[in-house]
Amino acid sequence: MENIRDEAPRLFYDTTEGAARMQNDVVLTMRGISKLFPGTRALDNVDFTLRRGEIHALMGENGAGKSTLIKVLTGVYGKDAGSIHIEGIEGEAPIHSPQDAQNAGISTVYQEITLCPNLTVAENMFIGRTDGAIVNWKDCEKKATAILESLNIPARAKQELSSCSLAVQQMVAIGRAVDMNCKVLVLDEPTSSLDEQEVSMLFKLMRDLKSRGVGIVFVTHFLEQVYEVSDRITVLRNGKLVGEYPVAELPQLELVAKMMGKDLNDLEGLEKADRHTSAATETVYEAEGLSSTARRPFDFRIRRGEVNGFTGLLGSGRSESVRAIFGADRITGGKVRVRGKAVKITNPHEAMKHGIGYLPEDRKRDGIIADLSVRDNIILALQVMRGFFRPMKRSEMEAFADEYIKELNIKTASQNTPVGSLSGGNQQKVILARWLLTHPDYLILDEPTRGIDVGTKLEIQRLVLKLAEENMSVTFISSEIEEMLRTCSRLIVMRDGNTVGELTGDELTQAHVMETIAGGGVQHG
Amino acid sequence: MTTVQPALNHRRREPLSDATLLMLIAIGIFLVMYASAVILMGGAFQKPQQFLDLFNENAALIIIACALTVVMIGGGINISVGGIIGLTCMACTKFLEYSAPQNSVVAVLLTVLLALAIGLAFGLFEGFMVSYLEIQPFIVTLAGMFLARGLTTILSVNPVKVTHEGFQALVKTKLQIPWLGYVAKNGNLISAKLEIGAIVALLVVAAVWLMLRYTKLGRGIYAVGGNRQSALMLGINVKRTSFWSYVISGVLAGLAGLVFLMHKPAANASIAMRSEMDAIAASIIGGTLLTGGVGNVIGTLFGVMILAAIQKIIGLSPLNESWWQDMASGAMLGIFIMLQSVILSRRGKRGKAEASKG
Repeated sequence: MENIRDEAPRLFYDTTEGAARMQNDVVLTMRGISKLFPGTRALDNVDFTLRRGEIHALMGENGAGKSTLIKVLTGVYGKDAGSIHIEGIEGEAPIHSPQDAQNAGISTVYQEITLCPNLTVAENMFIGRTDGAIVNWKDCEKKATAILESLNIPARAKQELSSCSLAVQQMVAIGRAVDMNCKVLVLDEPTSSLDEQEVSMLFKLMRDLKSRGVGIVFVTHFLEQVYEVSDRITVLRNGKLVGEYPVAELPQLELVAKMMGKDLNDLEGLEKADRHTSAATETVYEAEGLSSTARRPFDFRIRRGEVNGFTGLLGSGRSESVRAIFGADRITGGKVRVRGKAVKITNPHEAMKHGIGYLPEDRKRDGIIADLSVRDNIILALQVMRGFFRPMKRSEMEAFADEYIKELNIKTASQNTPVGSLSGGNQQKVILARWLLTHPDYLILDEPTRGIDVGTKLEIQRLVLKLAEENMSVTFISSEIEEMLRTCSRLIVMRDGNTVGELTGDELTQAHVMETIAGGGVQHG
Repeated sequence: MTTVQPALNHRRREPLSDATLLMLIAIGIFLVMYASAVILMGGAFQKPQQFLDLFNENAALIIIACALTVVMIGGGINISVGGIIGLTCMACTKFLEYSAPQNSVVAVLLTVLLALAIGLAFGLFEGFMVSYLEIQPFIVTLAGMFLARGLTTILSVNPVKVTHEGFQALVKTKLQIPWLGYVAKNGNLISAKLEIGAIVALLVVAAVWLMLRYTKLGRGIYAVGGNRQSALMLGINVKRTSFWSYVISGVLAGLAGLVFLMHKPAANASIAMRSEMDAIAASIIGGTLLTGGVGNVIGTLFGVMILAAIQKIIGLSPLNESWWQDMASGAMLGIFIMLQSVILSRRGKRGKAEASKG
């Protein structure tokens, strides 16, 4: 009992305070924050203010400095200039490590879940913050149960964390965070791996915490989500503060414009982009009853120069479908024809030999090799195709890397920079470059735009259309339906691991897609 | 939200954790193996002493296997423990032979201190190198192993025996278990004996088990081994935690050296050679994953028991050659690792399926 700092979970501020007062009560002020990295000025004189009981969205493109600002606030990085003040702490807040930040009342939940999957839910909530050498886990379990119940988190204290869904893990992380005498809760891209229902669960939790007086910093790429829950928006661009706005006074389009620092003509231009119809061209890839250990049998075909896509809710089997096409999971049956010829594709290497490229969903796990340079990462697939016994000349490699860095507008200090130090969107472009370099006939892009900023998203969509014009076939998967509608000429709609519909032409509207997901009968096995 | 609510109301026992499952498998296999030896080979295996000898003869191995389990759960490795045993044995022998006082109590006490100090020194040194200088643990402990072996040879190239009376008395002290024994042909009851070393080893298992389960440090070691970055974000002092895991393993290795000497009071330059590999094998058989984050010392204890039983069974069978023992141990390890990966991957799938439902 005595080895936990607080007797009862401290989730509550005095709610008798007037709501108006709470709105104006500043809990966190950051003034003139600057942070230098070798070669870049990640933050330049940025101000940020957070009030009690508000959800404050921090917006900006990749590389705008959101993550850096968060990391300065949470003590992961030191700052080079500026000051941080926290309500209740005299003078400048002494934040030099994540631990300091926690002690000062700043709790953070990161995009990648930073809990230990091999420990129980209760342990994850209390480890690292108990006093004394011996831990009374019984007591921790009791307190964890209280918190889980109070926040309506559907998990059990003694459950091993790895057996919870991602959304629940995320909520456990929040449960841990808010229990720590929390004044400021930082949520860094908390929704990026959640589906719609899970997101609404999370938002409910966020609103609940807000009503209890916690100030929430919400970092996300999803514009709709910002408008759904936030009270205020702070926009950063290129490490500088653009401004702070109440949500009501900043329409969505204007927000995008501020984030990108340019007009919206680009965006509108793309909406009108004329869709490739390619009824007459050759079928590049065709599968009949293709199935894998993860995907029930399905039929699929794509023509030359066609952009099509798999759509459906998260977990409906979109990725599993393209992984089967690429041979990334164990293939259990089906006939495959590439350019009319019957072939067998049972592993990615064979798929690559037949001119298929695949950009995986999880770039951290399946895509980039963080410690290798941009150049080496770009060259990788081509080298594999050529075979390791026919090495490329250095000058040739440099030329390729240069070409694609320019072509795709990859923001990197040089081609020798390790990929791990690039922003998410630029990492994605590096993987894209890797596949383009092999000149595939057929390119599969699985969530290429997830977790990257609006500007880069548009660039990638535009690139997909351009590739199609150059006669490449592309299968495109994205969680954002608008994006799919903009780029694809045919959509395969999935539900619970089955194909439930195929939409083309006039059927390509959001309403149609939703209807198909919601109500369509099973058409293919 | 409503779909998941029932899971909350309907409380059930938590499913076994991976570590527990792997441990139960190890225990099961040991029991089956030993029971079949008793039934099929009979004779010597039916004597309780034979069973206790598993502990008596492998006390030092049990201790270093615990040391390895601690380090491996934390995501590290320590291959210097065998070398530390060698050095400790040699140093203690030389001390007892040439400079120990005649007073037994003082001499034994000083020997114990010497053994622990050697282990502590190695643990501090290796822990510092690995945790604070961030050098690969394999390299650091490989260096530690060479250093320890080198120092052992410097102390004495020739084999040395302990003749000190005080220590000899300690060696001969055994715990008689009167209710466990057998009646000899002449009608006398010969009770089974447990050596002090074996008792120490079992105490170490208990202490390490408690440490890993109930202390902040212990849970920290699991967290660091499970996901280093997360552990840091959870506010655990990752460096210090990893440092202590090496210090513990060093001290345990020193203690293991002493126990080794108590079982066989003599030392030579190649003593306990390769025992670190046996310790790693025992940990893995007992359910510790080399990748860290999963493990259990009770399992490790049974890992040692399995290896020891293999040796005994082969030693008493017509195949009594050391290469057969090695091959059988190797095969056992191979089978175990396959079994583990099959079980874990099946569980993984099931876990995912459940998670996506929830």
